[in-house]
Amino acid sequence: MRIAVCIKQVPNTEARLRVSRDGTWLEEDDLPFVINENDTFALEEGLKWAEATGGEVVVFSLGPDRVKDALLKALAVGAARAVHLADPAFLGGDALATGRALAAAIRREAFDLVLTGSQSDDLRFGGTGSIIAGHLGWPHVWLVMGVEVEAGHRTAKVTREMESGVNEISRVALPAVLEIQAGINHPRYASLKGIMAAKKKEISRPTPAELGLDAAAVGAAGSRLEVVSVAFPESGSGAQMLEGDVKTAVAALVEKLQKEARVL
Amino acid sequence: MAKIWVVVQQREGQLPRISWEAVAAAQKLAAHLGGGKPEAFVLGAGIGLAAAEVAKADLAAVHVADDEALRTYTPGGTIGVLAAAIRAGRPDYVIFPHTYQSVDFVPRLAQETESGLLPEVTGFAAGDGGLVWTRPILGGKLQSKVKVKGEGTVLVSVQSGAFPADGVIKGEAPLQPLAVDPAGLRADREILGYEEVAGEKVDLTKADFIVAAGRGVGGADKMGPLEELAKVLGAEIAASRPVIDGGWLPRDRQIGSSGQTVAPRLYVAVGISGAIQHLVGMKGSSVIVAINKDPGAPIFSVAQYGIVGDLHEVVPALTAAIQAAKG
Ligand SMILES: Cc1cc2nc3c(=O)[nH]c(=O)nc-3n(C[C@H](O)[C@H](O)[C@H](O)COP(=O)(O)OP(=O)(O)OC[C@H]3O[C@@H](n4cnc5c(N)ncnc54)[C@H](O)[C@@H]3O)c2cc1C
Repeated sequence: MRIAVCIKQVPNTEARLRVSRDGTWLEEDDLPFVINENDTFALEEGLKWAEATGGEVVVFSLGPDRVKDALLKALAVGAARAVHLADPAFLGGDALATGRALAAAIRREAFDLVLTGSQSDDLRFGGTGSIIAGHLGWPHVWLVMGVEVEAGHRTAKVTREMESGVNEISRVALPAVLEIQAGINHPRYASLKGIMAAKKKEISRPTPAELGLDAAAVGAAGSRLEVVSVAFPESGSGAQMLEGDVKTAVAALVEKLQKEARVL
Repeated sequence: MAKIWVVVQQREGQLPRISWEAVAAAQKLAAHLGGGKPEAFVLGAGIGLAAAEVAKADLAAVHVADDEALRTYTPGGTIGVLAAAIRAGRPDYVIFPHTYQSVDFVPRLAQETESGLLPEVTGFAAGDGGLVWTRPILGGKLQSKVKVKGEGTVLVSVQSGAFPADGVIKGEAPLQPLAVDPAGLRADREILGYEEVAGEKVDLTKADFIVAAGRGVGGADKMGPLEELAKVLGAEIAASRPVIDGGWLPRDRQIGSSGQTVAPRLYVAVGISGAIQHLVGMKGSSVIVAINKDPGAPIFSVAQYGIVGDLHEVVPALTAAIQAAKG
């Protein structure tokens, strides 16, 4: 099977975050980036099925030049090639604009399956995969916790997580877009050999025109959403912080739990 | 005059609280923008009672798509009905509860109807040049304020808890059947069945004390000190999702939107950042204590008491202090 996997590079939220000077995003200098967690599971699922069926994974990502690191990581764990939508016209889009661009890139090749993560940890739109599916006219399933490609590769049995501890089991026709949830598998690590091999693999960078897209229909220009500002939520109603060294802090906590909250 | 719709989610005739929250959001938006009351949509089969419940809210109408073809949810069926309604009615905003089901179909509904998509909002306010919406980004560590530009419908989903259900204005709305055109429903997913996720064996909902481990704990081999803390407290051990996904604890100990919802007397969150999907499962706890090395972790905004520090030092010290206090 030929499988496309879409990945996004996102800020590592454990890092110290600072709002950028224009107030609409983060200061990116010194900000560490990682592959979005759900996407690492999508990639593993893609590699697994490509190996099981004797196919290959092509990895797609939309984002600025720094995204090359994420693509190299994906190539190091086994993706065959990468497509990087890095043209400035692609950047700053909402889920609809990003989905439109990725669908146009995916459409240029024949795929049996497209995998994405269920949502990104930074902007959390949770819909890019479904939008890609809409453009391609394929079925999609969001929040996938199990994939079983059936004999002949024409259908897949898909487990979708629902609220309240219940899963939906369905069959979808392939090609389809499946939006993968963390926990579905155990993503592999890159080997040294894989890292070396990745450097020789192809990363193509198509422009909007090469994808048959009007630059005004993608990126910030092609979006319905415009970011006014990003900010840390006002603190205030939050926790009483117990300060001091560890011993002082835990002693203060135990006293609060006994005398104020009366739970001990 | 702004035209506002709300799509209410029902499951087996029951209306989850978040559906009322969506109604409250639609009413609030309608009041803010001036003009008519919102119109509601309910889809399913044999949903007369649920629709009658919705009609007790102050709405212009409740449109009821009651059809055997809609008995089990599929995106193709739901999108078929709603896309036709949106194309015919051209609402300005359609409000949805932000649920696993709505995220499964709303983005594609936006794509197919050329509507805007604004997921998981927590509020809105007047700004210059129109409404400014708030939505959490980066795991809830920051808030983004966004504006909608361009023409046409916008599909908005509201985050759980953002628009309290007790804000719903009561009234009496007319019920209007909505004809379903079977030719417009796409069979995109053959439902084979439903299964319980690894049968919930441990019932954490009855626990008075819970010690919950997050990814910050660092591994299955590092759980020992938390177990000791649980022991001195007489607490159950629970966890956030990554701990379960990593196999450090069994699935039946997960707290959150995909796990159990608990409200113990004391919930100690250790190395948990406080993502919304975790918070919905534990924010009803009487007392929440958070231990985290990051002072900006969102968990501190729902906790009563917080300690910023390395959990590997704080947890053993806390265990010792509780033991000493208990004598
Ligand atoms: C549809 C959907 C459903 C989901 N359902 C659930 C669910 O049911 N339950 C759930 O929990 N999540 C769920 N999630 C995942 C959720 O979004 C978060 O990713 C998850 O809750 C994060 O878990 P965490 O806080 O343990 O990890 P992280 O967010 O990685 O946080 C780890 C925290 O540990 C702190 N830390 C690290 N090291 C130390 C140290 N040495 N000392 C002190 N602190 C330290 C860090 O500062 C950080 O705040 C769901 C996600 C989606 C998309």
